[in-house]
Amino acid sequence: MAFLDLIGLQKRFADTVAVEDFNLPIDRGEFVAFLGPSGCGKTTALRMVAGFEVPTAGRILLDGVDIANRPPNQRNVGMVFQSYALFPNMTVGQNVGFGMMVAKKAKEETAARVREMLKLIQMAELINRYPYQLSGGQQQRVALARALALQPQVLLLDEPLSALDAKIRVELRAEIRRIQNQLGITTIYVTHDQEEALSISDRVVVMNAGRMEQVGPPFEIYNFPKTSFVASFVGTLNQLRCTVVDAPKGQLSFDGQTFSTATPVRAANGASVLAALRPEELHFGRFDGENQLTGAVETVTFLGAIVRMHLRLGSSLVTLDALNERRLTLPEVGQTQTVSFPPHACWVMSEG
Amino acid sequence: MRRASVWAWFWFLLGFLYFFLPLFSTFEFSLRMLKGRYTFEAYRVAFTDPAFFRNFGYSLIWSVLTIAISLALVVPTAYWVHLRMPRLRPLVEFITLMPFVVPAVVLTFGLIRLYGSPPILLTPTPILLVAGYVVLSLPYMFRAVDTGLRSIDVRTLTEAAQSLGASGFVTLTRVIFPNLRVALLSGIFLTFAIVMGEFTFASLLYWPAFGPYMEEIGAMRAYTPQALSVVSFALTWFSIGVIQWLGRGVSGQQAQIAGAR
Repeated sequence: MAFLDLIGLQKRFADTVAVEDFNLPIDRGEFVAFLGPSGCGKTTALRMVAGFEVPTAGRILLDGVDIANRPPNQRNVGMVFQSYALFPNMTVGQNVGFGMMVAKKAKEETAARVREMLKLIQMAELINRYPYQLSGGQQQRVALARALALQPQVLLLDEPLSALDAKIRVELRAEIRRIQNQLGITTIYVTHDQEEALSISDRVVVMNAGRMEQVGPPFEIYNFPKTSFVASFVGTLNQLRCTVVDAPKGQLSFDGQTFSTATPVRAANGASVLAALRPEELHFGRFDGENQLTGAVETVTFLGAIVRMHLRLGSSLVTLDALNERRLTLPEVGQTQTVSFPPHACWVMSEG
Repeated sequence: MRRASVWAWFWFLLGFLYFFLPLFSTFEFSLRMLKGRYTFEAYRVAFTDPAFFRNFGYSLIWSVLTIAISLALVVPTAYWVHLRMPRLRPLVEFITLMPFVVPAVVLTFGLIRLYGSPPILLTPTPILLVAGYVVLSLPYMFRAVDTGLRSIDVRTLTEAAQSLGASGFVTLTRVIFPNLRVALLSGIFLTFAIVMGEFTFASLLYWPAFGPYMEEIGAMRAYTPQALSVVSFALTWFSIGVIQWLGRGVSGQQAQIAGAR
């Protein structure tokens, strides 16, 4: 049985539905990310688990007990906020020990736990600092330590890295995962940043308009998106409006150029379908056994590790990502180029 | 010196004279009780009058009571409005502005008319007086607390405390209040200054207080009331100075918090 089970969760605010038909069993020690655009209901779903919102319908089973109507201070759930929410009047040590103080634990026990937590986040020497004396990244680490000090059953993180610099974000992301692994704590992580969600979690829940679009491991979400929303929201995607040439053989025509998919197309010949193709699956040149498309180079953008190019094919632009190499010769803008991709890289998206 | 700068100094000087000349004259006059030389005789007389301490003491009691009730009324209300019912803000703000709309005289007569005779007879008790002072202090107290609440993220801090197991009471006393300290103190000192100098309520409700006492002395003596008004000014300025002093440290601290973000 799942350790944390969200069953048929729904939340309505006046006349809008924030979350609907939300079903998610989470195993003990699992790291799950809720990913979606702003307003998709991911934070509302998290806040229902935290107890800051009462579900309109549904149940939240934590270790077999329904906590859906329990106040937040009786749930034993740790929470980390985007704005850190450290208590400005307390030192780092007092912040981390706050939960223990409220629970009236013995002073020695609290002090020991505070030291242990600060060691965990590698900030033991800053125990007497006040929040305003810390950087954003340090503040968020303290917030994490504070949330973990009570040894909660579940750890909830609401966009914890959104207010931080790119570099700190990546560092702290790895650290959160390290600590989570070390403690084996069941974790829900809300984010709108797909890279963050994909890199950190065991499973990703992609949400849109209050509903779950797809649940699965990051690899599956990225490579086998089930809906067009997931396909376009997670990663960059070429969506090519094609005409079916030969459905059983998986042959499609785009801008007068024919190519094939690895599997038969479930549509009639002559029908219009949307074919999907990740930019990193495309590469320059002609390769045997692969599909070819030819077009004019319209833009070349150097992004560091990746070089992103746009190829003009009729009225559409096709995006191509190439890994950077020192010996790479970048194509000229306006040049005609042929690009290849294997048939299995391309799939026909279900529409509607 | 540039022209604009000259004019700026001119207006500043004019304003300065307008405010300080009467004050200085009052002070100077209060020193002339003994003919031909400057002494603090008027102050000595004022401070040796037992009525002074009695009335001053009463005013102190009224202001402490007012502050206590005002805090108990305003802080939870402002907190609740911030957290749960932000839509009620304009209404609460309007209510707190009542003393600016309804003159103290009108309010007092209204209170006497309603509570001055059975079935509800409150005039023999100081309830009406303190209640009136509470109303009078509302705009200052509410604004001070409101500003304080705006400067911290009340909702998230409350949620953070709750998720750590804190009850509403613990959240208020351990997290919210300490972070509102300066705001609360400025509300307290403003209320204190207002109540200490108030005249209308005390006079019409016939309770001993510093305001009516000054008025009474003013009608009978020449030098002592001047001394008393200088003392009264000093008291108010001291209160304001304390607020400024407390506020300066914290706004610096908050600027650093903002900077850290």
